[in-house]
Amino acid sequence: MTIAAPEIRQESWLARLFQRDSVVVHAIIVGLIGIALAVVFDWARAWPAEWVIPVKAQISAFFVWLDKQATFGLFTVKQLTRTISWLIKQPLIWSEFLLWKGAKTHQLLPVIWQAIAAVAAVIVYRSRDLKTALIVAAAILAVVAIDGLPLILQSLTKSLRIDAWMEPQALIGVSQWPADILQSMTGSNRVRAFPWIAVVLGFGIFGHWAGGWRLAIIVTLCMSYLAFTGLWRESMKTFSLVVVAVPFSAILGLVLGVWVTRSERAAKIITPLFDLMQATPHLAYLVPVVVMFGAGQVPALIATMIFAMPPMARCTILAIQTVPSDITESGRMSGCTPRQLLWKVQLPSGQKTLLLGLNQVIMQTLAMVVICSLVGAQGLGHKLLFSLQQLKLGFATMQGAAIVLMAVVLDQITQAYARRSSDYVHHDEQSFWERHAHLIVFAGVLVASIIAAYITSHASTLGRDYLLFDNRDALELDKSIKAVTFAMIDFIKPIRDFLTVYTLIPMRDFYHLIPWTVVIGVIGVVSHRMGGWKLAALNVSLLFFVILAVGNWSYSVTTFYFVTSALVICVLIGVPLGIWCARSERVARVVMLICDTLQTFPSFIYLVPAIMLFRVGELAIIFAIIPYATVPAIRFTYLGLKKVPAVTIEAATMSGATPWQRLWKVELPVAIPEIMLGINQTIMMALAMTAITALIGGQDLGQEIYRALPTSDAGRGVMAGLGIASLGIVGDRLIGSWANKRKAELGVV
Amino acid sequence: MSQEMMIECRNVWKVFGEDPKAFLDRHGGNPSREAFIDEGYIGAVRDVSFDVHAGEILIIMGLSGSGKSTIIRCITRLNDPTAGTIIFEGSDLLAANEAEMIELRRHKMGMVFQNFGLLPHRDVLSNVAFPLEVQGVDTAARMARAKEMIDLVGLGGRENYYPRELSGGQQQRVGIARSLAVEPDVWFLDEPFSALDPLIRAEMQDEFIRLQRLLKKTIVFITHDFEEATKLADRIGIMKDGRMVQLCAPEEMVLHPADDYVAEFARNAPRDRIVSVGAVMDKTDGRSKTSKASIHVKDKIGKVAEQVLNSSTPVPVIDDEGVVVGKLSRERITTALFSETEI
Ligand SMILES: Nc1ncnc2c1ncn2[C@@H]1O[C@H](COP(=O)(O)OP(=O)(O)O)[C@@H](O)[C@H]1O
Ligand SMILES: [Mg+2]
Repeated sequence: MTIAAPEIRQESWLARLFQRDSVVVHAIIVGLIGIALAVVFDWARAWPAEWVIPVKAQISAFFVWLDKQATFGLFTVKQLTRTISWLIKQPLIWSEFLLWKGAKTHQLLPVIWQAIAAVAAVIVYRSRDLKTALIVAAAILAVVAIDGLPLILQSLTKSLRIDAWMEPQALIGVSQWPADILQSMTGSNRVRAFPWIAVVLGFGIFGHWAGGWRLAIIVTLCMSYLAFTGLWRESMKTFSLVVVAVPFSAILGLVLGVWVTRSERAAKIITPLFDLMQATPHLAYLVPVVVMFGAGQVPALIATMIFAMPPMARCTILAIQTVPSDITESGRMSGCTPRQLLWKVQLPSGQKTLLLGLNQVIMQTLAMVVICSLVGAQGLGHKLLFSLQQLKLGFATMQGAAIVLMAVVLDQITQAYARRSSDYVHHDEQSFWERHAHLIVFAGVLVASIIAAYITSHASTLGRDYLLFDNRDALELDKSIKAVTFAMIDFIKPIRDFLTVYTLIPMRDFYHLIPWTVVIGVIGVVSHRMGGWKLAALNVSLLFFVILAVGNWSYSVTTFYFVTSALVICVLIGVPLGIWCARSERVARVVMLICDTLQTFPSFIYLVPAIMLFRVGELAIIFAIIPYATVPAIRFTYLGLKKVPAVTIEAATMSGATPWQRLWKVELPVAIPEIMLGINQTIMMALAMTAITALIGGQDLGQEIYRALPTSDAGRGVMAGLGIASLGIVGDRLIGSWANKRKAELGVV
Repeated sequence: MSQEMMIECRNVWKVFGEDPKAFLDRHGGNPSREAFIDEGYIGAVRDVSFDVHAGEILIIMGLSGSGKSTIIRCITRLNDPTAGTIIFEGSDLLAANEAEMIELRRHKMGMVFQNFGLLPHRDVLSNVAFPLEVQGVDTAARMARAKEMIDLVGLGGRENYYPRELSGGQQQRVGIARSLAVEPDVWFLDEPFSALDPLIRAEMQDEFIRLQRLLKKTIVFITHDFEEATKLADRIGIMKDGRMVQLCAPEEMVLHPADDYVAEFARNAPRDRIVSVGAVMDKTDGRSKTSKASIHVKDKIGKVAEQVLNSSTPVPVIDDEGVVVGKLSRERITTALFSETEI
């Protein structure tokens, strides 16, 4: 009896699969029709070149037109992009000056006076009110501006390329005092960037304030690595981009998020746009930006700002929507206007979620800034890219580690900050010194290190002799890595070749054999069954118009092949690991910590070990995807199993199920929808990663974007990016809607 | 009765759903129960009419989901009613625009919430001062007023604590202080003590009575606890499925419940403290005075029970002028005290 039971169930399951109106039967029929078409007609096998809709060329032409001719009447698009570049450059100048470039003393005057005015305003505001404070600040700035008017005029006319007609001088000279004092004190007309000691200890002190000694030590050590490996300047170049991009993305995300919660129409337009943006890989943002803005730091900033914004908007929406109704209602009953309600009630109450959004923005920004090295952004990413291209693996390891440590620092510090600032406790009487202890210590460190920097330049940037790990060590490391991989090659090569020749290539060729008619037909039938005509129409038209009809079918198949190959391995690793985690809390803690850490790394980093082991080639691509994309498979399996109601498990145990039976017959079936959501995430991440692996080859969509970059072929890059996004969206809609439906049926939320 | 009216609700409806107004119109302004279910609409408040008199404590009761919260959210316009009229201090509330509503909430209405609704990022002082802050009252004045309110609710010394550092009872004291900071004309309390432990709840009820003696506000108070209601109410309204089933003085409700639903609520009421002698005595029209030991017509029966039960003959009942208006027998008072049936 007990043996027969599963067989009966299986038969009925098989029978159900092949019932007359089951989706399998329909799919098979459609597939057969597709094959028949492909046998009879050439166009059903491969989309004929002459049928390709020239969208790519049109988009490219459009961008050229935008760049060269388009005008808004009063000004041209070119002027607009120039203005945007100029605006974005202004904060960048300051962050670069402070972090690595330094500046001439008199260039600093505006910012010194602004700072003085700001400090004065704060002091007055504390003792009086806002109005007086603003008046005081304005007065200071006015006096200085009038005093320095000739100089300001000169610098303006200079930028207009009109030669100054006289040697300008400040009227009285008040405005020049800070520069004069600085110059006479230091005996130099240059001001250096923040000394590395100040930045490292500054991070440490902030870490201590936000998360105590443990965090302080971690942060200080990580930052010291940057200084003691001679990567300080490059790190600060990267950091100066992050510092400028983050506030912009955060504010824009906040504004858009608030707008979505306020207006239903905005929600209808913006929410799907965010879905599209999140499905579009990093690289795809770069192409249009390069076409419009050229290469360098500023275009990198623009691409980063756009890319990193959606998470903030999402968190803002979530924060506002999850404020308990008692709190919003009490705010309204207190007589808040809608604006007061937003600023004084909703946003502060949702602070924790908002800060989580900020954390995500920072991590995305770092990832993107690193990738922007592809469009000529300087910094760690640039160095790493160079090392990878030269196969200088020792350097690549060093630089990769620097990026990873920077990610760890930023992540840990913002998380601690989020925790600390939403942890509301009162403090009994504290003196001024107690309240501002961290700030005061930092000020002391800053002053001391600046003085030290004028005594020895090593305090400003560590000189070669003091590095713990320099280029020679990197070369050594390079050699040993090569030696190790060389020794391993006897072992790896047969495996690599075997896998490539006997599984990967046949699989790829098989994929390419399937006629598009079959793929689109079957996807259409399945979509219709899952979500009705609307979903079917969406999925079919994405595949047809965004991929097939523009001539990207073959690239997409290759991308799909990479993704599915990696997916198989991700699932084989991730699901068992997730199950193990669900079995043992101890394992879970360790594995989840590793998952968290892996997720904070910028995706670019995963190329380093892949190249190290497999050099370039398809196996390297798949290998680079795996660590990045396995995380959701582990996490969702674990969470899914954890969510199985305790009663269900107890009931199974009481019916005498062995642990294995319990797992297979009770827990996994209930957890399957959640696991599928994890696999869905894995697919999305794998897709994003294929775009980055373009660096190491592959005839896929990612490579298309990559090739579009140097030629500024906007259409090619944009359509390839949208192709990846489309694959993601189709997968997401199919798996996501199935999983959510199934979850509702099973009653697990 | 020529009582001054604070709030008048006339045929108020609040329907939740896709397009509630069209739904009401479609059904001639009075959809049947089936129509609600068939078309997936929720009639949170259905055709409710009642008045709130100036200076009274009106208690609204009913099972959870019966529409109590929704009706006061209609009066405060946190929710806009779907149909009906509401007059607040003589003017049409539903004609008020958003700015006028904000003014009303700033100066005339105060509200206490079941889950306190305190702002987690502000300390006690600044929570209490919040309604004044949004009105633009200057810092010194609002701090002084907030301090006064905090002392009033007995939280002096905790000004710089954050809500999460306080117990539930203390948090609700903050909520009460905040709602009183603007000296509202009408005070709404939506199950203010339901989230508290029974002991704390009793303590807070006493606190509430103390405050009310001091402040003498017009109060609309929601609870689902009948005992709490009888302790505090001038009048009680009972809601069921969005309708106001009965609204009258507690005594009337105990003695003449409108239906089984109300009777069920009234069943466990402490009759001895609610019912007065006048309601259960045998009336006489003698108009004579008496020299014998007598009881007052307005006394609660609990207070005179011992005297009546110890007397072998019915005890005479007198009114304010000392005129005998009736008599109360042992049998009568026993039924009134212990029987669950109507008297
Ligand atoms: N915003 C809303 N949307 C839909 N239904 C609601 C909403 N608010 C309340 N309701 C429904 O209205 C009915 C009355 O709710 P409520 O007034 O909160 O009841 P009470 O306060 O008496 O427990 C309930 O059935 C509730 O589900
Ligand atoms: Mg309620």
